Amino acid sequence: MNFSQEAAVWSCTSCGGELGLIKVGFTYMKGNFEIDLPACAACGLVLVPENLALGKMAEVERILEDK
Amino acid sequence: MEKNELIAWEYKCIQEESPECTSACPLHVDARLLLKEIQKGDWDAAYKVLNKTMPFPGILGRICDHPCEERCKRGPVGGPIAIGALERLCVEKHTGRKRVQLLPRKNHRIAVLGAGLAGVTAAWDLLKKGFVVSVFESGDRLGGSLWDLSEQMLPREVITGELSVLETMMADIRLGIQLDKAFFEQVCGEYEAVILDRDSLHGCDFSLELDDDGLIVIEPSTGATGRDGVFAGGGTRFRGSFSPVMETLEGRKPALSIERLMQKVGLEFGRENEGPSSSRLYTSLEGIDPLPRIVPRDSIKGYTDEEALMEAKRCIQCECMECVKKCLFMERYKGYPKKYAREIFNNERILFGSAHQYNVFTNSCSTCGLCETICPNDFSMADLCLEARRTMLDLKIMPPSFHEFALDDMAFSNGEPFSLFRHEPGKAESAWLYFPSCQLCGTAPVEVLSSYRYLRETLSGGVGILLHCCGAPAFWAGREDLFKEALDEIRASWEEMGKPRIITACPTCLNIFQEHVPEMMPVSLWDIMLEVGIPDTACAHGTTGNTVGVVDPCATRHNPVQQKSIRRILKTLGIQIEELPLSGEMPECCGYGGLMYNANPALARDVVARRTTASDNDYLAYCAMCRDNFAASGKRVSHLIEHLFPGVTGGDPAARSWISWSERRANRCRVKEWVLRDLGEREDSQVEEYEKVKLTMPPDVLKRIDERRILEEDIRKVIFHAETSGKKMRSRENGNYLAYLQPENVTFWVEYSPREDGFTVLNAYCHRMKIVGIMK
Repeated sequence: MNFSQEAAVWSCTSCGGELGLIKVGFTYMKGNFEIDLPACAACGLVLVPENLALGKMAEVERILEDK
Repeated sequence: MEKNELIAWEYKCIQEESPECTSACPLHVDARLLLKEIQKGDWDAAYKVLNKTMPFPGILGRICDHPCEERCKRGPVGGPIAIGALERLCVEKHTGRKRVQLLPRKNHRIAVLGAGLAGVTAAWDLLKKGFVVSVFESGDRLGGSLWDLSEQMLPREVITGELSVLETMMADIRLGIQLDKAFFEQVCGEYEAVILDRDSLHGCDFSLELDDDGLIVIEPSTGATGRDGVFAGGGTRFRGSFSPVMETLEGRKPALSIERLMQKVGLEFGRENEGPSSSRLYTSLEGIDPLPRIVPRDSIKGYTDEEALMEAKRCIQCECMECVKKCLFMERYKGYPKKYAREIFNNERILFGSAHQYNVFTNSCSTCGLCETICPNDFSMADLCLEARRTMLDLKIMPPSFHEFALDDMAFSNGEPFSLFRHEPGKAESAWLYFPSCQLCGTAPVEVLSSYRYLRETLSGGVGILLHCCGAPAFWAGREDLFKEALDEIRASWEEMGKPRIITACPTCLNIFQEHVPEMMPVSLWDIMLEVGIPDTACAHGTTGNTVGVVDPCATRHNPVQQKSIRRILKTLGIQIEELPLSGEMPECCGYGGLMYNANPALARDVVARRTTASDNDYLAYCAMCRDNFAASGKRVSHLIEHLFPGVTGGDPAARSWISWSERRANRCRVKEWVLRDLGEREDSQVEEYEKVKLTMPPDVLKRIDERRILEEDIRKVIFHAETSGKKMRSRENGNYLAYLQPENVTFWVEYSPREDGFTVLNAYCHRMKIVGIMK
């Protein structure tokens, strides 16, 4: 499932709003990143899907740990 | 690590030492590589190996007296490799042009008197290095006593052909010169240095000191004569038999001395290993098939290609690699300790921004000590890696993810939920102090309690209890501060209890105490048992008459007494013992030690998986983590304590499955609660609101989240936060909720659905990358 599809599946329960693809910032071990992810613009809730957390994100964490 | 420390580490690992054949060769020809190339059928590459080290390979390759064979490791298993015969075939097959690379010309003029093998070798070496060389010979051809060898051994055209290279190399060759004293004096005046071939000049009088054999006396390591600038070598036949390869060395030594003389550096420095030398390389012959030496069908023509290939294939390509053969961690990184020491040294010197590729490596060693036991030189990867971890912490390049989970687990054990010390109920003093260990309490809480009851019943003077972690995880993580803190707490409790003798049920705790707090005189529960009697409750469950593979933990490597005690107890229980290949002095770690499971979980799983294949029998462990790790890999395994204090229902302890990290923590809490209950005390610990969240988890989810090192406590926090703050997402597909929380360094995600009495957890995952938030 891509991020747009993920965004379509989930809604924010705080405001009942839809999730859109919005630029979200991350930081780890002196590295900073931005990525378009499903998020609620009103509440600031973001969605990191499982395949991102265990895939690309874990890979980048490992690379930064070897920095 | 400082440079001198690196050198000391590197010296300990002998893998890069020359093999016996190379060390035995006066010229240090790489015979192992030669044979490797022949094994591949690459005769050109094989010739290049000879050409790299030998002058005139066509000559020496045919006539070499191959002292290498005497020291060949194949000797006792089928006979030494016929290196000499293979060399001969190699140079016979070579028809290409003889290429010699010359260094830029130097202005130094050197004279060589006498053109025997030593003389022409000296000329060859000096010409290669760019010196201007004149060769003076009394005869009408170069080669001296080489011409005395049989035509069959050394065809005439080979001598001529090979030695003609000297002309190509721009040697100034003068034949038919009367080499008398007057000529010698003249040469000494005209040239900067002179080399005398003692083989060709035997009997000549140059007013130099002679030995009993009539040879000019030289300094053996340099070839220096009593006269400045005059060097000599050769003449082996006057001292026994003509050795072509020694004769070559005798020409090579003075050539090197002259080079040094011209460079104005010490003649003798660092020349200990010139010529035949010893080697520290160890090569195991275990399992080597004793294939006999191949005898050529035609003894005159020598080996055919096919025969040569078969003979070369007998070469075992000597190397040590003993530790790597037994250690999956070292095998995975495709090196050996010497290389690893270098990599760690380099890793510490990388500037910020470049990759520290050895961070994970340094933290993947289980520090079990098997390599040190195997190594002929006692190289300890554990010591190397532990020191490197401390350096990583100093340099602030240690990623928290490597040890955080384990250190959190230790902090849990040393905090309010588990930590405790008390005298025996009804007593005000303790002669003994039971330290069951955090991990044994985690996996076998009921048995720990039973064993404590048993100790109280059998020992007099009072048996207190101390619930704590020994600090091993901090030691492995290189966290000396936390390690000291843990030991200080233990020591303080022990002193407050009146310094009773410590009894522990964990081999790692025993090691840590023996090494770091020996004054506590720690003793193992099992040794106590043999002294005071095995509990009446003990039985072998379903295992009576059955055979179990005894899993010695790595922590007992240097404790044969404890290993024997275990076996005696098992015999008493009527359990048959199978000795596994890696037992006694040789156990491998289960992946818990050194926190391998934390820094490199995939490797830890593979280590255990490999160990389960050693036997089809059930395993019996006496280390809690061994039990748990083997169980997690699906192996039927029990812990000794489960046989000694079986539950009321009996049953089959080897059938007990894996246990989650959350359950381990809950079990430790239970042990503390029960001990306090026995004492009539109540635990009035504060229950946090989130702890009241009730969870239901399907077994597959339970296993998945445990492998991801997510605790039930983490999940409760996420759900509690989502439900109280309303910050969660809802699926349009199935109505499930998804929420996240970052309590400390890790962000946890939980997908769940509410049920009547709490929540069903459907999935959980985590990441360390911190969410900063939506960017403006």
